[in-house]
Amino acid sequence: MSNHAPVTDWFHDFDHTDPHWTENPYAIWDELRATSPVVHTERFLGCYLPTTFEAVKQIAYDTEHFSSRRVVVRDVRPDVIPSPPITSDPPEHKPAKQLLLPLFTPDAVKKLEQKVRSICNELIDGFIEQDGCDVAARYSKHIPVRAIAHMLGIPETDSDRFIKWIHEILELGIKDQSILAKAIQEMSVYFADHIEHRRKHPTNDLISTLMNARDKDGQPLSDAHVQGSLRLLLIAGIDTTWSAIGSALWHLAKTPSDRERLIAEPELMPTAIEEFLRAFAPVTMAREVVKETEIGGCPIKPGNMVLLSFPAANRDPAVFPDADKVVIDRKQNPHAAFGLGIHRCVGSNLARMEMTVAIAQWLKRIPDFRLDPAGKVAWSEGTVRGPRQLPMLFGKAG
Amino acid sequence: MSGKLRIRVDQDKCQGHARCKSLAPELFELDTYGNAHEVGDGIVPEGLADKAWLAQSNCPEIAIEVIEE
Repeated sequence: MSNHAPVTDWFHDFDHTDPHWTENPYAIWDELRATSPVVHTERFLGCYLPTTFEAVKQIAYDTEHFSSRRVVVRDVRPDVIPSPPITSDPPEHKPAKQLLLPLFTPDAVKKLEQKVRSICNELIDGFIEQDGCDVAARYSKHIPVRAIAHMLGIPETDSDRFIKWIHEILELGIKDQSILAKAIQEMSVYFADHIEHRRKHPTNDLISTLMNARDKDGQPLSDAHVQGSLRLLLIAGIDTTWSAIGSALWHLAKTPSDRERLIAEPELMPTAIEEFLRAFAPVTMAREVVKETEIGGCPIKPGNMVLLSFPAANRDPAVFPDADKVVIDRKQNPHAAFGLGIHRCVGSNLARMEMTVAIAQWLKRIPDFRLDPAGKVAWSEGTVRGPRQLPMLFGKAG
Repeated sequence: MSGKLRIRVDQDKCQGHARCKSLAPELFELDTYGNAHEVGDGIVPEGLADKAWLAQSNCPEIAIEVIEE
């Protein structure tokens, strides 16, 4: 596994896997944004980073020059592995996405709300008697895993395997292609078994929905399409929401006034959730430049990747006054945590529901909590940002 | 000017973030794909003007128009 040389010049040589970025990317983005709407690095075989909301929006809306066929920035460019619709460009994109959209409307995800609440309570039951715990490992990690497993119709007891694959695909697999390939292979075998089982015993879950789907010519989806979409839903549904729940609880642990206010004014929760999504947006996407163009006066050359940083866009003071502050009653908040344009996250309503339930249940049962001064918060590396270690103590301090 | 407000969702711009439905449920409805549409002819009933502006200013795609008639 190759290790990257440390960054000394963020303007010409940024690296989102550098420990300084992992520790605090916001300060880096602020500095870069003040200099240019787009910066470039030769790492990752060439990659741009748009730093403003406007530049990110322009790129997200421009599917002609910026393809989604690759959505993860890696050290190399492995063969394209389709995961419709995230890797689809128009015209394939719309029909692939329309298959999934009805399953993820606010009304559809509301049906899972009670189940998610039970999961949260069950998890809290497991540690509430202790002085504290690692909230990432014992709480936030498990909620999205079990919720998406339930939707897909796969056993919640396989959760550890899903988490391992995601870690390999999104983190370790950035620098080690053999780890990436092996994880994808293992996931294929896993889903192939589930698909085979449902041919003999059809079910009502999301896997069966994909198997029963028909394209406009009445043909079933190819195995590659079904596999790709399942892999996408499993990966997209877990690391992302886990991160968002963890970041929100991290903020509340170190900001007693905000958690006291949320407990006193529960009607503020939806507004607070949007602010957590803005300030701690977990997901950075990517695009591949396929045609020469220009963004914010900067020339953009084909063959490069683009780190499509919705989190950096969300911190742009040109759009969000006090962008670097978490303002839980922020009234105007048109943030891009779930992306912009046609690739808006299909799971956004599910993510919001999980976050809302997870944080509300936590505050109901553990109103007082703080970061453990003897512990260390560890953040994930790469493009999905969230706490992977979040040691906390329960009860009032002192 | 009648003093009334009319809202309109641009169907080409709407991507289904559903912020409008969350902030102003009386004024918007979602279709089977989760995309938004103004309720009825989009005329904003008495007392809901604030919600109309709130929905407009929170749409990440700037897909909502608030027209003063």
